[in-house]
Amino acid sequence: MSQPSLVIGNINWFKYASPQTFFPLAGAMIPWFGWAAAALAAAGLYVGFFVAPTDHQQGEAYRIIFIHVPAAWMSMFIYLVMAFWAGVGLAFNTRLSHMMAQALAPTGALMTFLALWTGALWGKPTWGTWWVWDARLTSELILLFLYLGFMALQAAIDEPRRADRAGALLALVGSVNVPIIYFSVQWWNTLHQGASVSLTAAPRMAATMLAGMLLMAFAFWFYSIAASLHRVRTIILERERGADWVKEYARGLR
Amino acid sequence: MSWGSLGEFLAMGGYALYVWGSYAVAAGLIVVEIAMLVARRRRALEGLGAGRAGAGSAP
Amino acid sequence: MLEALLCVIGRDLRLAMRRRSDVATALLFFVIVVTLFPLALGPEPNLLRAIAPGVIWVAALLASMLSAARLFAADYADGTLEQMALSATPLGAIVAAKVAAHWLVSGLPLVAIAPVLALQFDLDQSLLGALVLSLLLGTPVLSFIGAIGAALTLGVRGSGVLTALLVLPLYVPVLVIGAGALDVAAAGQSSEPHFLLLAALLVLAGAFTPWAIAAALRISLE
Repeated sequence: MSQPSLVIGNINWFKYASPQTFFPLAGAMIPWFGWAAAALAAAGLYVGFFVAPTDHQQGEAYRIIFIHVPAAWMSMFIYLVMAFWAGVGLAFNTRLSHMMAQALAPTGALMTFLALWTGALWGKPTWGTWWVWDARLTSELILLFLYLGFMALQAAIDEPRRADRAGALLALVGSVNVPIIYFSVQWWNTLHQGASVSLTAAPRMAATMLAGMLLMAFAFWFYSIAASLHRVRTIILERERGADWVKEYARGLR
Repeated sequence: MSWGSLGEFLAMGGYALYVWGSYAVAAGLIVVEIAMLVARRRRALEGLGAGRAGAGSAP
Repeated sequence: MLEALLCVIGRDLRLAMRRRSDVATALLFFVIVVTLFPLALGPEPNLLRAIAPGVIWVAALLASMLSAARLFAADYADGTLEQMALSATPLGAIVAAKVAAHWLVSGLPLVAIAPVLALQFDLDQSLLGALVLSLLLGTPVLSFIGAIGAALTLGVRGSGVLTALLVLPLYVPVLVIGAGALDVAAAGQSSEPHFLLLAALLVLAGAFTPWAIAAALRISLE
């Protein structure tokens, strides 16, 4: 029976579905993404603090968006990527896909928490309270619970294969629910509006503000890639510990 | 955007607590995540019997 | 296939009747939780009237979540669940039948008692109909979603609290729409869109969750 192959440019990309071949590839990618993230963050922060002007409505407080918005974007994007790899793992029964989903979760949860924290610190000076039951912030909070639930379920199940597949199913069910949750929370928010409080009323973007935000968004993206790749490498070492190549690798580092 | 002085920059128009609070927590969380990544890798390598050298190697 | 499903429902109902105390405890939990809120917030009638729909809905949510564990535990313990997974009848259909029986025993009593509890909060009598309808449409959805959590955590230690963490975020849309129906009715407007949405959620849950639950059961049974 022939192995499936996906040949692009003389390389069969399916070979990277094996933890053993993916491990060094990931290792090579981490420094590139790490340094790129650092450079983009430096550029983004420079633009954010030394190029973008003061907002006439919110003063200097608006500068929190250079962290808040990229973190929020990443929190949602990482969840989708996680659910994607979970789905691939369930469909094709590949270990590495599940390991990748597992590796993405903590970084996604961190981004979600950061979005919530910075959202609170932004809400206090602009709208007077530490927490604002804005539709998007509330959805972010529920997203955090979805991430934590995924991590808790995987931690509670000892047998790795069952943990992988149960977590994957949960991630998929969660991702189907995210739009439903978002819609219902938004509806709830508009029904209960007293004063029109909404973090969607962000400052009208000067081009420089937008540039700073995009630079930071890419910085967060590349950082998340680097962190997840590092984590998946460690997960591979943990779960493939019986394999000869892992023992060789560990011996080589001694 | 030109700040009059370092003092003005740090004060952030009176919003220092909120702005620097956000950036500090962001930086802190990233540092913590990186530390946890390194620690987890070290633990895994020790479990494989790689010894002290394994922990300091390139990722 | 219909015979097989009716057989499953009949079996589950008979088993539930033999363990009436399980059913009664869940109901008692519902009543106690509802009673805790006035104790915590004070007996001011206007406040209680305002919070009544939300309190009853949250208590129904918690009671549903707790009783979800009972769905598969007994069958898992004695091996019946594996037999169900191996049978010719699709597991998804069997699961739907089990959830239906479970709702009849756990959800429907909640719907029946809710108006009595609402009167304790001096909820306007014109709203009682809306309360019952919203719970009638919402509690089956809660049963279906709770079953997903129960199936994923089958036999896992600490599964009670874990199920809560997994399932409560998924409960949020039902809660928001169900309790929202009453708020809107209290303001004098029509809550028809809410009921239509709840009905839609019920249809979606009934159509799609049994397959997710069956998949989760197969994962847990391996």
